[in-house]
This record gives sequence, structure tokens and C-alpha cells, in this order.
Amino acid sequence: MFKVRVIPCLDVKDGRVVKGVNFVDLRDAGDPVEAAIAYDAAGADELCFLDITATHENRGTMLDVVRRTAEACFMPVTVGGGVRTIDDIKTLLRSGADKVSINSAAVSNREFVKQAAQKFGEQCIVVAIDAKRVKRGGGSDRWEIFTHGGRNSTGIDAIEYAQEVVSLGAGEILLTSMDRDGTRQGFDLPLTRAIADSVPVPVIASGGVGHLDHLVDGIREGHATAVLAASIFHFGEFTIRQAKEHMVRAGLPMRLDP
Amino acid sequence: MTVAIVDYGSGNLHSAAKAFERAARSMEEPQKVMVTRDPDAVFRADRIVLPGVGAFADCRRGLDAVDGMLEAMTEAVRVKARPFFGICVGMQLMATRGKEHVTTDGFNWIGGDVEKISPREENLKIPHMGWNTLDMVREHPVLERLPLGPKGRHAYFVHSYHLNASSEADVLARADYGGPVTAMVGKDTAIGTQFHPEKSQRFGLALISNFLKWKP
Repeated sequence: MFKVRVIPCLDVKDGRVVKGVNFVDLRDAGDPVEAAIAYDAAGADELCFLDITATHENRGTMLDVVRRTAEACFMPVTVGGGVRTIDDIKTLLRSGADKVSINSAAVSNREFVKQAAQKFGEQCIVVAIDAKRVKRGGGSDRWEIFTHGGRNSTGIDAIEYAQEVVSLGAGEILLTSMDRDGTRQGFDLPLTRAIADSVPVPVIASGGVGHLDHLVDGIREGHATAVLAASIFHFGEFTIRQAKEHMVRAGLPMRLDP
Repeated sequence: MTVAIVDYGSGNLHSAAKAFERAARSMEEPQKVMVTRDPDAVFRADRIVLPGVGAFADCRRGLDAVDGMLEAMTEAVRVKARPFFGICVGMQLMATRGKEHVTTDGFNWIGGDVEKISPREENLKIPHMGWNTLDMVREHPVLERLPLGPKGRHAYFVHSYHLNASSEADVLARADYGGPVTAMVGKDTAIGTQFHPEKSQRFGLALISNFLKWKP
């Protein structure tokens, strides 16, 4: 039976985990590879690295993280953050990433998604969408694409954009609600459902998880195929196992392999 | 003993190499894992692994671009009876034809076409991306002692097409994704998995170990 995926996401800056990971006794709480190994052992279904390194010179540190992770972990790894060129994708995949996630480069140049999917296959091209609810005078609300961590509005409709990038070859959508990110109030379920129901590819719900029920809601109400969370796992509030057992109790099909 | 992982410019060789190295280290008999695009090295190897990600036609083109590689593989497997392991598109290439966007010839080691999966339930997404259990169709040494079935272990899949084998005898395992999906094939000394053993944690490593131990 096909299972729902639980994906922890690690923000990495200059080769270090932002704020550290404290859910298990690690020698170095800031080492992304140690965190990856611990999540692998804990039964995470996939791992996501988001590189928030600001300078171009330090970007090589991420490749080293990916390479060392691939040597120690035999699980799927997605890497996002600053993926702008075909060469960026090639070096990440060569280093051991299974999927790359493209964010603002897809907003500014849709053709990039098409080129990437044609060159590397749709299965490894994830498009990350940061969306925010926008009030419309008179009409109903809608969600628009935002860039630069939710600061810059683009005026692009999130649903139309999702359909467009999928038609260009995105094999998966990583959807983050900028309204909910960091709030611990749960996913933006209407947004998640609107996107998940309008594209044929898997949608990963992200942004806002504060409790295990939120993970269940993302699948059941949001129609997502996978759920992504960061802080509830990193700081030891809940283990991956607890999250999955909670989801099993809610009736969702989960992988609980030892 | 040497294990040759065929490098023809397709995707994630690093992960496959690392997983085979890890499994090889646990063998009683030392096995050397090498990533190579040298047809002679592939021909001389004791075992051959063909990974593959992306589109069928692209992989076929990439393989054809390495002069003499397909001939070396074919002779090693079909004449010298060397164990062969095709992974994902590497498994699909063992079929008669691929039908992803265009029709492309495969190796025709396993009769059948590579066709788009079409799950019955419309809420099931394509690609089939994630973890699924396997149902054994036929016993095989590489499946020995692996917990399969609905309560068994999971394998990691990422694909939109699968090998629709014309002979049931060539199918080793299936997964259910709104209908049957060919998860594993095997004929003579060749096996192939649609899923990624190199990404399937302990289960994947156990399967790779079985392959490295297999003496057909």
C-alpha cells in the first residue's frame, strides 16, 4: 500500500543548520549531515535541505553537505535554495541530491523549469511555491506568488502558476503558505486543497505545523500527498515516529519500517 | 570480485555507488565497486549495475553514445551469464520497447513495453512518488528473507511509466498504486527494480546484499 510521506526540512546556512537541531544527542547540533543521519535512523521518508546561504562563494558548502549525506544516508534527498541554472542542478544531482527544488528562478523564468525537466527528467524537478492570501476589493480572496521570503509580491495567481509549472515539467510542488509559515497554526488548508486539486502531480504541504493534528489535516483536508515540517521535529517536541503513529491513529497509511 | 556500475551520463550514480559500496562491505567475499564508462571494464566485471533516471529515450541515447557499451553489457549478461541489476529506467531499458513520449527500442531481454501507469483512483498522483509495499509474484534468490506483502517493508518509487511484461514468469514483484505496477522483473541472470534500492534505507541495502551474494 502506498504511504503518506513525512519530510523534515533543514535550513542550512554556510554549511551549518540554522538554529541547530536538538532532538537527539548529536556531537554537533549544527552539522546538517549528523542531523540527516539521525532523521534517516528515525524513519523520515525523505529529507529536504534548504540552502539559505547568502553569498555565492559559500554555496559550495552545500555540495559538500549533500555529498557527505549521500555517503551515509540511503533515503531520498531534495535540495532547494538558490537553484538558478542548469549547472546548479547538475552539480547538486551529481553530488547525490535526488530532487532539486526551484523557487524564484522559476518565477522569473518559466522556461527554466522546462529546460530542467527535459534535461534531468520531471521526477527530479520540484517547484517550490511561496503563496500568500491577497484581499481583493469586491471579489473573493485569492493566493498570489511571493518571492524573497514573502516580501515581494508578484501579482501572479498561485493556482494558475502551479498549473503552468506542472505543464512545463515540474514533477512535484512544494507549497508553502507565507501567511502560516512560523505561526504554528497549521497549514493553510484551503490553499493546499486548491493547489492539490488543480494539479496532477504530488503536492507537499508546508508552513505552519505546530501540532501533529496539523499533519493529518494537511493530508485529509488539504489533499496533499506529503507533509513537511521543521521546528516541531528539530527541537524535540515530537519524533518522526510519534508523528507517524499519530497519523496512523487518524487512519492514514504510514510507513513504520524499523 | 568486481561490480561495475555503468556510467552513461544518467543521473544519480553517486547514490547507487555508495549503496553498493556499503552493501559490499558487509560481504564475506570482498567486492570492488567501480563506476565506469569503459565497455571493457563492464565486460570483465563479475556483476553489472545499470542505473537510470529521466526519460527512456534520453537514457537509451546516452547509453548508445558510449561506444561499445551495450554490446559489452549484452555479451556479459547473455553469453557469459553475469548477474545484472537494472534500476528504475535501467530496469525499463531491459524491455522490448519504451513508449514514453516516443517509441524507443529497449534491449528486449524482458518481453513487454514500458507504458504510462494509470491509477484507477483519480486522487492518486502521477508520478508514483514515495514508499510502497511489494507483493511477491515469484520467488527469487534476491528476494530471500525480505519481508514483503502488505505488512512488509517499503521501497521508494519515483516513476510515471512501468514495464508491462508480456510473460508473467518474468515478473518478480508488484506494487499496488490504483492497480498493479511492475516493481521487479527477473529473467535468467538479469533482475531489475522499478523502485530505488539505493534510496530504500535498510530494505534497499538488504536487497543489494542479496544481489551481491546471488550466484545464478
